[in-house]
Amino acid sequence: MLETQVVVSPTPHIKDALSTEKAMKLVFLALLPATLFSFWNFGFKALSLVLVSIAACILTEYLIQKALKKQVTIKDGSAALTGLLLALTVTPELPVWMIIIGAVVAIGLGKHIFGGLGHNPFNPALIGRAFLMASWPVAMTTWSWPGQTVNWAGDKADAIAGATVLNLAKMGTLQSLQLKVPYWNLLWGNISGSLGETSALLLLLGGLFLIVKGIVDWRIPGAYLGTVIVLSFVFQKDPVFQLLAGGLFLGAFFMATDWVTSPVTKKGRIYFGIGCGVLTMLIRLFGGYPEGVCYSILIMNAFTPLLDRLTLPQRFGEVKTGA
Amino acid sequence: MRVKTFKGGVHLNYFKEATASKSIEVMPDPEQVILPVSQHLGAPAEVIVAVGDEVKAGQVIAQAKGFVSVPVHASISGKVTAINQMPHPGGKKVTAIVIENDNSGADVFGAKSGLAELTGQQIRELMQAIGLVGMGGAGFPTHVKYQPMEGKRVEAVILNGAECEPYLTCDHRLMVEVPQKVILGLQAMMKAAGAEKAYIGIEVNKPDAIETLTREAASDPRIEVVPLEVKYPQGEEKMLINAITGRVVPSGGLPLDVGVVVNNIATAVALAEGIQEGMPLISRVVTVTGAVKNPRNVRVKLGTSVDKLIDFCGGFTGTPGRIILGGPMTGPAQYRLDIPVIKTTSGVLVQDRGEVKLLEDSPCVRCARCVDVCPYNLMPCFLANAIEAGDLALAEKYGIMDCRECGSCTFVCPARRPIVQDIKAAKAKITAAKNKQKK
Repeated sequence: MLETQVVVSPTPHIKDALSTEKAMKLVFLALLPATLFSFWNFGFKALSLVLVSIAACILTEYLIQKALKKQVTIKDGSAALTGLLLALTVTPELPVWMIIIGAVVAIGLGKHIFGGLGHNPFNPALIGRAFLMASWPVAMTTWSWPGQTVNWAGDKADAIAGATVLNLAKMGTLQSLQLKVPYWNLLWGNISGSLGETSALLLLLGGLFLIVKGIVDWRIPGAYLGTVIVLSFVFQKDPVFQLLAGGLFLGAFFMATDWVTSPVTKKGRIYFGIGCGVLTMLIRLFGGYPEGVCYSILIMNAFTPLLDRLTLPQRFGEVKTGA
Repeated sequence: MRVKTFKGGVHLNYFKEATASKSIEVMPDPEQVILPVSQHLGAPAEVIVAVGDEVKAGQVIAQAKGFVSVPVHASISGKVTAINQMPHPGGKKVTAIVIENDNSGADVFGAKSGLAELTGQQIRELMQAIGLVGMGGAGFPTHVKYQPMEGKRVEAVILNGAECEPYLTCDHRLMVEVPQKVILGLQAMMKAAGAEKAYIGIEVNKPDAIETLTREAASDPRIEVVPLEVKYPQGEEKMLINAITGRVVPSGGLPLDVGVVVNNIATAVALAEGIQEGMPLISRVVTVTGAVKNPRNVRVKLGTSVDKLIDFCGGFTGTPGRIILGGPMTGPAQYRLDIPVIKTTSGVLVQDRGEVKLLEDSPCVRCARCVDVCPYNLMPCFLANAIEAGDLALAEKYGIMDCRECGSCTFVCPARRPIVQDIKAAKAKITAAKNKQKK
């Protein structure tokens, strides 16, 4: 007879090793190079923004869950990831107290008001960023160039301080100064911009890592970037500049691909990526802002349930009824 | 070698090495067997013996009740000592006949025969007479599948040698050790079905089985051995048919709708033994593996209790944490060891206490891994959410009844959600509601 207690549980009795927590860790790992690069680029300012943002997000989640007498889930890493993503989307010049407000909004309004992890329709980090952008537009758009790196602009360096390259392009400054930002600087990332968006190369590596690991479906960044390239040609813009300047890689690989807020069907993801690309280019070229990644993704988040419903795959052996 | 497969599914760790190369050993008959009258899908068999009766191995002790039913035979010679509600691997208590061994070894097998002497009709009758059911796990009475149906023709019989569940190697060993019985059983099935073609699908992690059966089937050009990709659930009926023939069994339909019948390797072997030796289904090969001292494949009399079987394999290596009848993806966990091996018991898998992790589930994060792996193109995450919201009508709209409960979605879910468990429960509710409506 059985003298010991055994577990009687439903099938299956084996589980894949990937858990939600582990997936979050992999995303952290993928963002690490770009994050470290921001420290190197912008120094202590970047470091403090990242750490404070992460801490504020975790603390906010903890307090909300305590207040609502819910299970505290800060260990799943999702709040910390929101904190990191939020910090990566802001300018290194942002006052630290502002990012705390952004973090509270991201976790509170972006996530827990809808019921917490898995229930939020919009990307929480982008909600935080959009809130900051609406509240303190000046502070959010005061940029700085990393250290010594404006050499290529020579004596015109002063004229381009305090703006992102996208901004300079939008205002026509680059054209009037007859400057062209070297591709290498755009790719490697010693340009002005938010903490995490400057190095396209490191973001690309991180994104590819997540695709290989199966965390991110290539369809979203693929459709997103592809659409931007196509529209660049259509509107006769430099596609390389459009790809590498600004927050496109950060958005395409790390924000638009957020599991919770993007479609679950394969076709839906393609349409989602295309939608993000179209909106980004429309905002960049015709909108009031120089950059449109954040708002495009937020707008497309709103379409996610619809895209899912419209793109349900045909079931195996499904018998079509009617004509 | 072209390897065929289906869309979706998961790659697992298979852990088959422990038993894959070990020859089948015969376990001595136990002192006692417990034979439930329900070891198949369909109506339970009707008991025709009484306590105190002397029975011989192979004697019918419970007869088929109706067409979708099969008889149960005494698996050893001895005396009926009890007829009671007894624990059954399925979880519920079921009427079972207990026989104490008289160690005489006496049997009353049927007439020995040959394939050439039997007509299709006779083979179908024999299938029911020997109590043959699908031995891969489902336990559907075999003769029912071969019953001719108006307007439906069986073009091909498919023999399922995929054995896609981790750990299990009993079918593998049968293919390697008794290939002639596999082929004979298959030929009998073809005759019963009037089919002109047959396929044996085998996953490529069993190259010796592919080689052996290819050689054995060389003399019969109607039989084709098809190598299959190692992927779960390759052996699921609809996926197997799709991989081998490219045909899609319609939702709610049967393999017969696309002109095929599928049976398991062990079933073919049992049929061959029924024909050649007149032996009814009273024993089967079981893979005993995991945290046991001597993992092996054992030919065991039906009704042998699981603890005796584990003793025969040297006992537990450590503290058992979970005991599973069948493979780890679909085999039910057991709460006691005095349950008998029945016709559908393909394995006894013991997981060590340390292996058994009770994982807490967390909210769905819409990662869509379940969507990617579902072989039936369902949306498991939507199904689970609909069920959680109590909206069974929505679950039905999302095709819940197409789910074959392979568990791939639940295996990959990073939030550890009990998706397939919820789906099973909801399906049962929907079916019950429909049956009620009919009445």
